[in-house]
Amino acid sequence: MEQYIMEFAKYFIAIFMALYTYECFAVFRYNTEERRNGIYIRQNLLMFLVHFTCFLVICTETEELDYLFFYAFQEIILFAAISLFHMIYPRINRLIINNTGLLLSIGFVILTRLSYDKAKRQFIIVTVSLIIALIIPYFMDRFLFLKDLKWVYALVGITALSTVLILGTVTKGAKLSFSIKGISFQPSEFVKIIFVFFVASALYKASGFLEVALTAVVAGIHVIVLVLSKDLGSALIFFVVYVMMVFVATKKWIYLLLGITGGSAAAVVAYKLFTHVQVRVLAWQDPWSVIDNEGFQITQSLFAIGSGGWFGLGLYQGTPQSIPFVEADFIFSAVTEELGLIFAMCLILVCISCFIMCMNISVRLNDKFYQLVAFGLGVTYIFQIFLTIGGGTKFIPLTGVTLPFISYGGSSVLTTLIMFSIIEGLYIIKQREVSKSVKEKRKGVSGRSSGRQTVSRKEDYYEEEDEDYYEEEYED
Amino acid sequence: MKTTTKKSTKTNAKAGTGKRSADGGKKTGNNREIMVVTYLFVFLFLGMMGYICHFAVTNKQELINNSYNTRQTILLAKNRRGTIYSADGEVLAQTKEAEDGTEIRVYPYGNTFAHVVGYSTNGRMGVEALGNYYLINSNEPLSMKVTDDMTGTKYAGDSIYTTLDVDLQQIAYQALGVYKGAVIVTEPSTGRVLAMVSKPDFDPNNIDNIWDDLIHDEDSSVLLNRVTQGMYPPGSTFKIVTALEYIRENPDSYSGYRYNCMGNFTRGSDRINCYHGTSHGSVNFTTSFAKSCNSSFANIGLSLDRTAFDDTLSDLLFNSELPLKSTYSESKVTIGEGMTDADMMQVAIGQGTTQISPMHLNMITCAIANDGKLMIPYIVDRVENCEGSIVKQFNQSGYGALMTEEEAGILTGLMEEVVKTGTGRKLSGLSYTAAGKTGSAEYNSVKGDSHAWFTGFAPVENPQICVTIIVEGAGSGGDFAVPVAKRIFDAYFE
Repeated sequence: MEQYIMEFAKYFIAIFMALYTYECFAVFRYNTEERRNGIYIRQNLLMFLVHFTCFLVICTETEELDYLFFYAFQEIILFAAISLFHMIYPRINRLIINNTGLLLSIGFVILTRLSYDKAKRQFIIVTVSLIIALIIPYFMDRFLFLKDLKWVYALVGITALSTVLILGTVTKGAKLSFSIKGISFQPSEFVKIIFVFFVASALYKASGFLEVALTAVVAGIHVIVLVLSKDLGSALIFFVVYVMMVFVATKKWIYLLLGITGGSAAAVVAYKLFTHVQVRVLAWQDPWSVIDNEGFQITQSLFAIGSGGWFGLGLYQGTPQSIPFVEADFIFSAVTEELGLIFAMCLILVCISCFIMCMNISVRLNDKFYQLVAFGLGVTYIFQIFLTIGGGTKFIPLTGVTLPFISYGGSSVLTTLIMFSIIEGLYIIKQREVSKSVKEKRKGVSGRSSGRQTVSRKEDYYEEEDEDYYEEEYED
Repeated sequence: MKTTTKKSTKTNAKAGTGKRSADGGKKTGNNREIMVVTYLFVFLFLGMMGYICHFAVTNKQELINNSYNTRQTILLAKNRRGTIYSADGEVLAQTKEAEDGTEIRVYPYGNTFAHVVGYSTNGRMGVEALGNYYLINSNEPLSMKVTDDMTGTKYAGDSIYTTLDVDLQQIAYQALGVYKGAVIVTEPSTGRVLAMVSKPDFDPNNIDNIWDDLIHDEDSSVLLNRVTQGMYPPGSTFKIVTALEYIRENPDSYSGYRYNCMGNFTRGSDRINCYHGTSHGSVNFTTSFAKSCNSSFANIGLSLDRTAFDDTLSDLLFNSELPLKSTYSESKVTIGEGMTDADMMQVAIGQGTTQISPMHLNMITCAIANDGKLMIPYIVDRVENCEGSIVKQFNQSGYGALMTEEEAGILTGLMEEVVKTGTGRKLSGLSYTAAGKTGSAEYNSVKGDSHAWFTGFAPVENPQICVTIIVEGAGSGGDFAVPVAKRIFDAYFE
């Protein structure tokens, strides 16, 4: 019986995940959230099935009641979060919420399998983070002063990063975090959001050479502090996000080009200057020749990826624990080994659908500040995923960042949830504008006989935006 | 304008797209950059996904076999290591459960298959290494796995069927006698390896007990598979290569070659002797080859274009990788514009620094037997699960032509003459016709200290097997290696 459950579960998990992923992209065929309703409900069902089947395997394998209760708590929290978001904010984008739920549940599954204690701790962190995330969209369009705090952002960001550099504790040779009363924080995670707000607030009004140069200095300080802390992954994220945001704000290709060449030059300098950069590159080029030392982590990760096959070995059937730091930087390899390549590829696609939705929202926002924020956060998210998955699979050199929502780590989960909440907040702002304009339109229709002249200038504005909105939808 | 429904707005918008972008649009301009970045990341991710899948699928076996990979242990805890069979279904290696519940690997033929089947503890060798991935995985049907779970037995690992022929292997093993050396028997038209013997040998049943002795005994290097890893001076067998180059450079006139052998050849202060100083008298190209006249070949060697010779060597896979999956040593030979005449004379007769493995020489011989085309040698034929259904079938595959069909034909004629009138006469007048080349490779300056070589195939009309033999320190190839070949041919064609 156990054998049958384990064997069939593998295929069912992959199939449910594939169907869920299909729905993620089917969403883009429809214009409005109302029409997408059916898809979202199917997604909720499928994510339940993925989560349920995984825990069926976990419970069969461990034969412990604890895990059953743990599963029940997870299910309650996840569905409570999804329903609450939907109830409190009826206009919310449910694709992002569903994806968040799915990714969190995958994170719970794989962490439970790797370390029950860490999974429990992660569960508490996620619960608290979800509550924080729940209130953020409410404030997004009420806190208009957010646009004017650019120097505050710069100051807070640099101060936080410098504090880690000076006072931080060293893990894996890099200074990433510091502890207050036993709780350790990784400020670079939160500063990612602050940094996006800084660039957006600095460039939304004007994006001439002066503004760009000024922000470049601030961005440069961020990056240098991170490089000095040996947090290469975060340094790279800040750099790429900055270049991309400048490109979108200025609409000038020259900045993209300058960014890429400047970045490459900086990478070469860093390679020449720092031995820890050389070590990373060496371990990437030929990890097999240094398998005992620098290449150990990456080769163990490659073993995991290679042994899973399309459907994976099944939960508890592999040895993902042989990879050092598997629950943080190499969680993707653990997923690939035990849940299979199909599942892992679907996981990547789900992340991509989140990113496309963020870009979609960003494109439609009229307010340039909001637009830049949505864009910057989306790029932060996807580029971090690229670094962690690419690094763990030897596609690019290893930088040591977490896989958002799935990796173990409180700062990472909280930060990503806040990022998504902010984007949801911006989406709600946009939805409100649209529906207002639809209402105005109706008013316009009824009042047409009374004369076209009564239409306000503001209404005109909305109308045009509205058309634009539909066009974007159609092109998707 | 206000009255447009959603749907028509859409259509209008679509129709108006061109116009909008032509106008430069107030907002679409900004959207375009966002779209660029979106596409950039989407393509980046698609590339990465393709890479991951490709990497995982193509490197699966190699990754599992890596000794740093702990997953092997996991698989072995679940699955009983599979059985290795000969081509006709005889068990060559099998895992049995001892009375105390521990597993032991049993090799029924002991020393006979020592190197080719190999061992699976203290590292791995032979088929045990080549097929490790299959042996430790189980494709047992699910229903049987369930039964095994209930009875608490391990799943049966998949079995490997090799191309090896037990009779030929035993004959080759016996024929080599007490000598150190190597024998390889292959099927030139397919690349199937029928027998592979290396001596000195060991008993794989006893590997754990003798392991320490084996690794400390550096002189006889028992663990070395001399067929693929042994590096020997090719001696006169290299005249096949020199002859091929001479034919290539003199396609029309090689048959008109004449030389008068006085037992040695002198150029300046350098001198090449014929084997045991025998003087061969007046020889042409064919008799030079058949009688293995060193003086004549030194003479031929000096006439050759060294750049062209180097190309021919590359064609024959010298100084390069061989298309083999198992561990092997690369053959080495140096020819270049700058080399001295003395060195050139040595190279032409297969002495000097030139080194070759018996496997490589066998591959060249196979190509000659197979109209110039090399079939890649292979030992693992197929993998079956415990129920006998095929998990994976390995097909024969061609490497390509090492020489033209015509060149192969000429070389076959030369090698036939070796058997008819030359150094391989012990193979003449039999029920089958053989062709081959002997060699007596001197490995130190003391006269008579030479390795005995033979490489050849039979029957000449339609080559079915190809054998290559080296008997270390025995003496001349004609006296010591040819009889071994004869016993193998006799056994095969009887």
